[in-house]
Amino acid sequence: MTATPAKVPETADEPAPGPAPASKPAKVPHGHKRLLTRRDRLTLGLMAGVPTILHVALVWLTALASIALAFTTWNGIGFDSIQWVGLQNFRELFTSNPQFWPAVEHNVIWFVVLIVLPTPFGLFLAVQLDKQIRFSRVYQTAFFLPVVVSMAVIGFVWQLVYNPDTGLINSLIGANKPGHYIDWIGDPDLNLWAILVAASWRHAGYMMILYLAGLKSVDPALREASALDGANEWQTFKNVVFPTLRPTNTVVLVVTIIEALRAFDLVFVFNKGAQGTELLSILVTNNIIGESSRIGYGSAIAVVLLVISLAVIIPYLIATFRKERRA
Amino acid sequence: MSTVAGAHKQRTPIRPARILLHTFLVVTALAWLAPLLWALLAAMRPYSETSEKGYVSWPSKLTFDNFTNAFTQSDMLHYFGTTLIVAVPAVLLTLLLSSMVAFYVSRFDFRVNLALLLVFTAGNLLPQQVIITPLYRLYLLIDLPGITMSGKLYDSALGLVLIHVAFQSGFCAFVLSNYMRSLPHELTEAALVDGASVWRLYWQIVLPLCKPAMAALATLLSIWIYNDFFWAIVLISTGENMPITSALNNLSGQYFTDPNLVAAGALLTAIPTLIVYFVLQRQFVSGLTLGANKG
Repeated sequence: MTATPAKVPETADEPAPGPAPASKPAKVPHGHKRLLTRRDRLTLGLMAGVPTILHVALVWLTALASIALAFTTWNGIGFDSIQWVGLQNFRELFTSNPQFWPAVEHNVIWFVVLIVLPTPFGLFLAVQLDKQIRFSRVYQTAFFLPVVVSMAVIGFVWQLVYNPDTGLINSLIGANKPGHYIDWIGDPDLNLWAILVAASWRHAGYMMILYLAGLKSVDPALREASALDGANEWQTFKNVVFPTLRPTNTVVLVVTIIEALRAFDLVFVFNKGAQGTELLSILVTNNIIGESSRIGYGSAIAVVLLVISLAVIIPYLIATFRKERRA
Repeated sequence: MSTVAGAHKQRTPIRPARILLHTFLVVTALAWLAPLLWALLAAMRPYSETSEKGYVSWPSKLTFDNFTNAFTQSDMLHYFGTTLIVAVPAVLLTLLLSSMVAFYVSRFDFRVNLALLLVFTAGNLLPQQVIITPLYRLYLLIDLPGITMSGKLYDSALGLVLIHVAFQSGFCAFVLSNYMRSLPHELTEAALVDGASVWRLYWQIVLPLCKPAMAALATLLSIWIYNDFFWAIVLISTGENMPITSALNNLSGQYFTDPNLVAAGALLTAIPTLIVYFVLQRQFVSGLTLGANKG
């Protein structure tokens, strides 16, 4: 279960069917499997089998194929042109590709920025909105709207802000005259940061919602006790509320890492990952939809992305599923 | 919003701290909406006016002309259609297949359950780019003459539906299995003893009880699949077959020469998601927190 198991029965704010959600999850005990007829077993096999085949074939087998292809060169025309080249793709990637290390660096920057700026800000907003204030929903909607809108659309909207000639910022500061341009999108020293502003804008709303859900599950009695003990707001938050948000923090951390690794749409709409905005995801994609289709090489980049992702996903899943088994 | 936490506390009378908080929230919320409002303003002004007076100027005329032009010039109705052809089957199939997996792992004590759930959950957390290269090749390899317009899985709505279902079912299976586990097992056990088939158990007993979770997931999935950009960009090559978000990207370079029109197009694209969100806000938010592990 995720860090938000308590949320499960709350879906749609309707009373959960059946007994209190607190009741221990129960399974049909082993013995009842004997009740299943052969037809039942076939039905069950198909019910689990069909989705699993689809999922495994399109997600996991292709991931494995990525790993295999990373050690080959292939022009994509006919299987006989696949050639085993060992570590050559990786060697080339690590040593001579001018875009690879910048891309890694940008992915790291993406994560650091998201975790340092919008994440705490989202938490801050959530704490403020959790205070039983009027119009809470209106505020929430304002902060959350960017999460609902497509990243591609967000890219277009922010281009209107950043456009050197007609954009909001340059128009406001008078930098839209020839010779005084600030080229937010074209300047390799600026563009990544400009895009990160848009990404953070979206991320803060997302984090706010996650933290709001987490805060809902904080026992109000804890806060009251703390207030009775004379703690001020900050002390209560630091010593009482924040520690109980630990499960939410784990989810937030994992979500943020994965968002940073997945980052793609905004950059693609802005400048297709040209100078200054290279990302691993963009490099992989450019190998497919660009003119030069170097399949093995693109797969090698994908493998790097896969390894980093799994380094996050595996410990996270082990931790959550272990907790579930204990429950 | 949270009535539970609020029940014990009276609404506090107006005090300076509250006024400060509201001021802060109003200002921040407006700043947050500024990019969208700016796009709206640009979209409502004629290009001739903004090119003459600049964008930061008092608008003398606000019209919906750009919206109408963007809508007709770029044949948006067609692209809403192509999106619908992908999104509707994808959402329904994802819910059907993932609920079957969830039923399997949560109501029976098979040895593979944990492994199965891990496979699904982990698959959904992978970045899409990890699998795209072989997937792209696979889609080009699969011939479907007469079934899809392109004759292949590549460049077809079917191809998009399949990858959406495969990818999103990981998340839904995880959420639904948690939900189904909270249903009392006596329900299904009794039916099983009475000789009901497992299909009946699933279709007539468990599934109807999962309606709230299904509604939340349906809302979430509709928005995610509608908003998809990546799969559509890579797996669809014919502009005409593209769903709306990628079509907009395609068109903005080709037809749109003025930013006001692009703004109008972008906002029009966002309208369906905004409608879904405003109508089903509750479902959307509860869905998101229900499976907070979603990237």
